[in-house]
Amino acid sequence: MHSFDYHKPSTLAEAAALHQGAEDAAYLSGGQTLLPTMNQRLAAPSDLIDLAGIGELAGIATASGQVCIGACTRHAEVAASDAVRGALPTLASLAGQIGDPQVRNRGAIGGSLANSDPAADYPAAVLALNAVIHTDRREIAGDDYFLGLFETALEPGEIITRIDFAVPARAAYQKFPNPASRFAVAGVLVADYSGDVRVGVTGAGPCAFRALAFEAALAESLDPRALEGADIEGVIFNSDLHASAEYRAHLVRVMAQRAVAQLL
Amino acid sequence: MDEERSSMKLHITVNGADRRLEAPPNTLLVDLLRRQLGLTGTHVGCDTCQCGACTVHLDGRAVKACALLAVQADGHAVTTIEGVGSAQQLHPMQEAFRDCHALQCGFCTPGMIMAAIDLVEHGVPLSNRAVREGLEGNICRCTGYHNIVKAVLQGQKAMAAADDKQGAV
Repeated sequence: MHSFDYHKPSTLAEAAALHQGAEDAAYLSGGQTLLPTMNQRLAAPSDLIDLAGIGELAGIATASGQVCIGACTRHAEVAASDAVRGALPTLASLAGQIGDPQVRNRGAIGGSLANSDPAADYPAAVLALNAVIHTDRREIAGDDYFLGLFETALEPGEIITRIDFAVPARAAYQKFPNPASRFAVAGVLVADYSGDVRVGVTGAGPCAFRALAFEAALAESLDPRALEGADIEGVIFNSDLHASAEYRAHLVRVMAQRAVAQLL
Repeated sequence: MDEERSSMKLHITVNGADRRLEAPPNTLLVDLLRRQLGLTGTHVGCDTCQCGACTVHLDGRAVKACALLAVQADGHAVTTIEGVGSAQQLHPMQEAFRDCHALQCGFCTPGMIMAAIDLVEHGVPLSNRAVREGLEGNICRCTGYHNIVKAVLQGQKAMAAADDKQGAV
């Protein structure tokens, strides 16, 4: 690993100032993507700014109709949280399917969303659960957050502080995991907000997206069979050694149908 | 070549002992353990957070020491395979691995055992399937996992029995 300067600020303002003053800084959250990437010398930031010392980034709270998760909350904490399991069990279940136990004990939601891996699990939840992403500068609607492959609405140096998920009447997440990495080959979260249905898809395109054709079909009839004639348009499905674009499109439909069957 | 950045002072509890250490920021926890402290029971298989051979406990939870900087462990407690048992008195999970012949070359075994102990200590009672899911972060290239799963289930029982015995004393 290349050498770098390490900083551990205790406030957001201090972190942002460090970022601005450095040549090529990276924020360190759980580090489960960043550190292996640096080990492989695919990334070589001049400075690492560890966010673990900033108290306000930790913690889980539930408010009226919302589950609010601090950016540095680890996947294992979300999976085991009584508050999340009570209010939004689908999110706890999704967090429990990320990577493997060791990764879940370190990896955090804010880092995962800032990285925006096309096969990560949380992006499906951000879209389907109508999340709002709070940063040290503003609030970003989940619908406006994912822009492309590893590309988000975050500006350079901007720090995610908290993610607020809207609690639906019912929801379910179904994922077809890569058997080695546990990343989603295709993952679909279907949420029913009393008739208004939202469908978030991850793993299938350059970044997570809402399957609007599925949402319209499910608003008509919340039934797995309603998806048989609905086709997702305007998305270029990923094609790689794990799955062809055609197979991924098929998996997205099957995962969505299974999710609907599960939530009914 | 990179210039060497100045060392950072670290205070880490390693296997119960207070250690004052120094390391440059880009030192991985696994390298600190192996090279500075000579705790070579923690293995490096892939160095990219995939194989789990470097699994140790950080504040009691299993983590991959190749995906953690040494400086991130500053102020925390680290337990390695050397800290869970000794040659004279194996940990019940180590004993179960030996008893079930849950290893062939043994390279993955320290990581497997550290992952398994965390699973038993922090999980619900384990089924065969739960053990397999719980060990998704650990790769073994010899055994085919059958005896490892058997060992973790036997180790779970042995750990519960050891707890009962301790509770009774």
